[in-house]
Amino acid sequence: MSDNIKVSASPHIRSRMSTSRIMFLVIISLLPATLYGIYQFGYNAALIVAVCIASCVVFEYVYEKLMKLPVTIGDLSAIVTGLLLALNLPPTATWWMACIGCAFSIIIVKMLFGGLGQNFMNPALAGRCFLVICFTARMTNFVYDGISSATPLANIRDGQSVDLMAMFIGRIPGTIGEVSTAALLIGAILLIVTGIIDFRIPCAYIGSFVVFMGLVSPGGWDITYLAAQICGGGLILGAFFMATDYVTSPITKTGRVLFGICCGLLTGVFRVYSSSAEGVSYAIIISNLLVPLIEKITLPKCFGKGGEV
Amino acid sequence: MPSLTFKGGIHTYDGKDLTKDKKIVDLLPSTNELVYPLSQHIGAPAKPIVNAGDRVLRGQKIAEADGFVSANIYSSVSGTVKGIEKRRTVQQTMAESIVIQNDDAYEEAPPIPVKPISEMTKEEVIGIIREAGIIGMGGAGFPTHVKLSPKDPGKIHYIIANCAECEPYLTSDYRRMIEEPEKLVAGVKIILCLFEHAKGIIAVEDNKPDCIRILKDLCINEPRISVKVLKTKYPQGSERQLIYAVCGRAINSSMLPADAGCIVNNVDTIVAIYHAVIEGRPLMERIVTVTGDAVKYPQNYRVYTGTCYDDLIDASGGFKSPPQKIISGGPMMGFALFDTHVPVTKSSSAITAFLNDPVSDTPESACINCGRCVEACPSRLVPSHLANIAEHYDEDRFTALNGLECVECGCCSYICPAGRHLTQEIKMMRQTVLANRRKNK
Repeated sequence: MSDNIKVSASPHIRSRMSTSRIMFLVIISLLPATLYGIYQFGYNAALIVAVCIASCVVFEYVYEKLMKLPVTIGDLSAIVTGLLLALNLPPTATWWMACIGCAFSIIIVKMLFGGLGQNFMNPALAGRCFLVICFTARMTNFVYDGISSATPLANIRDGQSVDLMAMFIGRIPGTIGEVSTAALLIGAILLIVTGIIDFRIPCAYIGSFVVFMGLVSPGGWDITYLAAQICGGGLILGAFFMATDYVTSPITKTGRVLFGICCGLLTGVFRVYSSSAEGVSYAIIISNLLVPLIEKITLPKCFGKGGEV
Repeated sequence: MPSLTFKGGIHTYDGKDLTKDKKIVDLLPSTNELVYPLSQHIGAPAKPIVNAGDRVLRGQKIAEADGFVSANIYSSVSGTVKGIEKRRTVQQTMAESIVIQNDDAYEEAPPIPVKPISEMTKEEVIGIIREAGIIGMGGAGFPTHVKLSPKDPGKIHYIIANCAECEPYLTSDYRRMIEEPEKLVAGVKIILCLFEHAKGIIAVEDNKPDCIRILKDLCINEPRISVKVLKTKYPQGSERQLIYAVCGRAINSSMLPADAGCIVNNVDTIVAIYHAVIEGRPLMERIVTVTGDAVKYPQNYRVYTGTCYDDLIDASGGFKSPPQKIISGGPMMGFALFDTHVPVTKSSSAITAFLNDPVSDTPESACINCGRCVEACPSRLVPSHLANIAEHYDEDRFTALNGLECVECGCCSYICPAGRHLTQEIKMMRQTVLANRRKNK
C-alpha cells in the first residue's frame, strides 16, 4: 500500500464553503457601500478605509507574533473588521483616530478574548463606541458638501422634513458607509442569496423596530417618518452587516429571531428616549451580550422528542 | 405531490453518474482464498461449525448463529477450510475468520428446504430468513429475523423498503432496482404476509425517476404496496429520517422503528429475503459499487462474500494513480482503509477511492458560530456545542444536550466552514458514554 494513503474518520468529503470564503463574500458585499462612500466623501474617506483595513491586519499579525500564536490573518476576518469600522466612522475622522479604533477592536475586543470566534461583542462596533466616547465631538460632526450639518434623523427629531429619495440614494451627511441605503441593499441581497446571512436577524430587527416606532414614537405610523427612520442612522448597515456577525449572534434559529427583536427594540428605545438620534451601535453591542442567554433558552428540541416538525 | 422529507440534511455532489449506467457484472473471486469474518453483523459472533481440512460446498453453512441476535454464515465457494484464524477486516482490525481455499469448482450444496409461500406459517418464513443468515445490508448489519419478530406484530402498520440510497457515489441499490425490480416487489410481498395490518411502502429518492416509474408500474395491481417519492437529500435513507418522511412518526434513540409501527429494510436485504424464501438460497453474495475519481473503470459488481477487496479493484482496472483515500462504503459514512486486503462482508456496499483527500487538505480552525451545523443536523442538535463539550469530556452536559441522539451521519463535519471534525468528536464521546453506561449496569 502506498505511503500516500490517508486515514481519517468519516465523512470523507467537505463542502467548499470555508471561513475565508465567507469573509471574502462579506467584503465583496460591502464594496458597493464602500465605493459609494468614497465617491461621495472623497479622498479622506478612501484614506480612512485603507488605514482601518491595514491597521487591523497589522495589529492582528503583530499580536499573534508577539504571543507566539498561529497567524490567522489568512481567514480575512481582520479585513472585515477593519472595513466595517471604517464604514462606521465619519468622513472627517483622522487617520490616527482610525488607528486607535482598530487597536481597540482587534487587540482588546478580539484577541484578548481568544481571537476569532471568541469575542463577545462585535469588534468593529465596540471600536466605534470606544471612539465615540473618546472623541465625541469629532465622531458626531458630520460634513456634507463641505458644510457641517445635522444628520436627517437629527433633523426629524427637530421637526424638520427630510428628503426620502436623498436618504435612499445617499446624498446625506453621515458615516462613510451608512449613507446609501441603495448600495447597502445591493450587498445585503448578495449576502442573503449566497446564504451567508440568515434573513431572520435583519427581518426581526427591522420588523420589531418599525412596530416599536409606530406604537411609541412621536411620528407614529406615518410612512415617510418610518421610512426615514429605517434608511437613516445606519440601521440598514447594522441590521444586515453588523447584527448578523456569526460570532456575536445566536447559533439557533429561534435565537436569531429573539436577538433581532432585541436589537430592534433597543434601537427604538435609544432613538425615542435617548439624547442622540441614532443608537444602532449600542443596541447591537448590548444585544451581543445577551447572546449566551438567548442561546441557552432557545436550544432546539431534538428529533424524536418534539423537534422533528 | 411534493417529495417527502425531513428537516435539516445536506446536498452534496453525488458522484452517481460514474456508475449509474453500468450494468451489474458478475465477478468470481480471483484470489483463491476467501475469508469469512465470524462477526459480520450486530450481536454475538457466529460459532464456526467446520474444522481445518474439511471440504465445504458453495451454499454450505460454515458458522452458526450464537443466540437469537446473531446470524449464520455460508460459504460462497466450494473448497477446503484452511483454518480459523485472525484476519484483517474492513474495520482494519484483526478478527476471527474462517478461511476457505477455493477449488474453482463452485459445487453447490443442497438449498434450504422451502415450500410455496402460501403453505408456510409465519414462523416457518421467519425461520428460513434466520436460517439464510440475512442481515441488514444497508450498513448496520442488524439480523433481519430479529427485526421481523417485533413484540406485537399486529401493531406494525408500515413495511418500508429503504430505496433512498442517499449516500453519495453509491449505485448498487439503484442498479438492483433497475435490473431486478420484480424481486424487490416480491420480497416486500413476502414480508407483508407476516403482518396482516401492514402496508408496504417503497420509498425512493426523486433523483431516480426511472426506478420510480418501473416500481409504480409493477405495483399497479398491488393494493397493499405503494411507491413514495422522497426528496433527494442526505441522510434521507437514515432510518429515523426515512420513517418520519414517509409516515410522519418520529422515534428517538431509546425507541425501535417497531415502536412507531414500522419495519425498515434495505433493497438488498429484501432481495435476499426473496432469494431465501422462494429459492432457498442463503445469503452469500451482494452488489458492490467500485467508484471514485481514482478508479480507472468504475463499475457495479455482484460478488461473493469473502472475496478480497483487491479483486474488485483489479477488476476495475486498478487506480489511475495512487489514491490518497480508499473508503469502504460511501464518502459520508464509509470507513477509510489503509489495507485493502480485506474481505467483502454481507454489509460491504462500495469501495470508493479518491485521488485527493479534502479532509487532510482542510486545516481545522476556530468555530465562528455560523450555525450551519445546527441547520444541517437531521437530529436537530447543536453539533458545535456538543463537540466543545466532548473536548472537555463533560458526560452530564453531553447527555443533557441530547448528544446520544446523534446518528453520526456526518452532515455537521461536511458543512463546517472551519473544517472542524464535529462528527468525530461527538461519535467518540457518544461511544464513551454508552460504554460507561453498559459498565455501570
